[in-house]
Amino acid sequence: MLLYTFRRLGLAVLIVCLAMLLLLAAIHMVPGDPAGIALGPRATPEMREAFKVKMGLDQPFFVQYFNFLTNVVTGDLGTDVWSNRPVATMIGEQLPHTIALAIVGLSWSILIGIPLGCFSAVHRNSLLDKFTGVLSVACIAIPSFIVGLYALLLFAVELKWFPAIGAGDSGDLGDQAMHLVLPGLAVGLGWVGYLARFVRTSMLEVLGENHIRMARAYGLPTRRITYVYALKLAILPTVALLGVGVGSLISGAVFAEIIFARPGVGKMVVDAVNTRNYPIVMGGVLVTTMLFALSTLISDLIAAWLDPRVRQGL
Amino acid sequence: MTTAIEATEAGAPIRREPRFSWLWQLLRDPLGCFGLILVLLIVFAALGADVLSPYDYKALDIKARLASPSVEHLLGTDNLGRDTFSRILHGGRIALYVALVSVGSSLVLGLFLGMLAGYGPRWLDNALMLLFDAVRAFPVIMFALAVITVVGPSLETIIFVVVVTTVPGYARITRSATLSLKNTEFILAERSLGAGTIRVMASHLLPNLIAPLLILASMDIPVVITIEAGLSFLGLGVKPPTPSWGSILNDGYSFIRNTPWLVIAGGIPLIITTLGFTFLGEAMRDVFDPKLKKDR
Repeated sequence: MLLYTFRRLGLAVLIVCLAMLLLLAAIHMVPGDPAGIALGPRATPEMREAFKVKMGLDQPFFVQYFNFLTNVVTGDLGTDVWSNRPVATMIGEQLPHTIALAIVGLSWSILIGIPLGCFSAVHRNSLLDKFTGVLSVACIAIPSFIVGLYALLLFAVELKWFPAIGAGDSGDLGDQAMHLVLPGLAVGLGWVGYLARFVRTSMLEVLGENHIRMARAYGLPTRRITYVYALKLAILPTVALLGVGVGSLISGAVFAEIIFARPGVGKMVVDAVNTRNYPIVMGGVLVTTMLFALSTLISDLIAAWLDPRVRQGL
Repeated sequence: MTTAIEATEAGAPIRREPRFSWLWQLLRDPLGCFGLILVLLIVFAALGADVLSPYDYKALDIKARLASPSVEHLLGTDNLGRDTFSRILHGGRIALYVALVSVGSSLVLGLFLGMLAGYGPRWLDNALMLLFDAVRAFPVIMFALAVITVVGPSLETIIFVVVVTTVPGYARITRSATLSLKNTEFILAERSLGAGTIRVMASHLLPNLIAPLLILASMDIPVVITIEAGLSFLGLGVKPPTPSWGSILNDGYSFIRNTPWLVIAGGIPLIITTLGFTFLGEAMRDVFDPKLKKDR
């Protein structure tokens, strides 16, 4: 297990490094002049040169990449072009908001999605199961920003049940919770569908196995069989899904933060794109990519811990 | 529907599947049928946008700005008084254009890279797989934002981002199918008869790969349309005055306290499209790839 952990960790680091290499290469490859775009059409050639030197864009590609990596290792993500504050500090301020939003979105979808999937599996091919099936596909298909916009329109603008923008007073937990309801709804709805579908499929597999039939033959109550014996096994593949899905969770959070004008990494990066604040964008991309890699790592480790067969794969 | 009966060399008749039987199977699935109708509706609206639009999508009418739906303006007007219905019809063109171009390019590129990985030397396979893992390490939207910061928002940027992030999916499918096929007897027989790599790839591997790739493509189309609309909603997609469903939503968001109609109207075509393609894709998967069929 220890060996697997180290190998998996090494792979995660390698993948993140490669991903950043790829990103810099893609930016390098695409025709276009970053300095010209950042400074606008009225910039003089001297200003452009100065900008390139400041951003390290005048260096050869691999030097740029190496500098970037060494800076990251020392925790230096560069400074904000406009305010000159360190990007790492700025991300540190925004990250808790994004993580809180992701946790709220994921939590409510787990609370609804998993029981829904169990229910569908137990009552297979019933009318309700079919309805849930269609509903889950619809939840997955509809973009999260549409859910966010419609929720904003209905519950905040028209009905005024929930606040529309911001994260709430920093000292008032109740107010903050109210501000999390609608964004959390937007981020989590797709996940309800994913989880319901996924749990249903793996539940159906488990319910067909011998030990479950045995439990039935012993006359254990169905509810106990479903939620205690079967769910324990069926939840395994879902753990892996959660890790991979953090990427889409982050994308959802970006839109929710914009729509509900919440502070967070997503909003910070989008604002930075609009002002061509290159260091912030790179820092934001790096941190979210690392977060994504970390969550797949954790879910892989959990899966390996629960199922020894997985460890031999790497 | 005719069923052709053919005699084999041994003389035993075999039943051949009627042509287009997959279409009938698809239509028999109510959700697949529903999906197909929605998709046809969107395609029809996008193709006929010029004829169907009651107004020029660029025509301003400041006096009638932010109007609610009425007989003159079926879905109301936006903040510049442009007819929302006409803009939605033309926005469909952009959405489908981006989806078809980028999914098509991804498919071809993924097919090529996947075959290379599956059929080529081991080191190349490992290198390509590592590369694909690296691409999948990004949250798509973050990758898009980074590229847009440097090269600026445009239709081409969106297509570039989508192709880069979706190629690994196609390549992986192609690779695993190629790996499992390359040592089957019919391929080995063909090779021992002297067929070159290119011939084996083109006339024996390719036909076996197309079905799963097309299924993935039909599932990817709504994802791509969502990315385009999402970036345009953030103001980082197509440039105005080009109509996009995302930019209609962006205008609607800015004026959400003045009128609900712009947000409602901008969201509906996206819901129709994503639902339509997803239902169609699911039904297609059930028809073409019964092995993948969920739980039956």
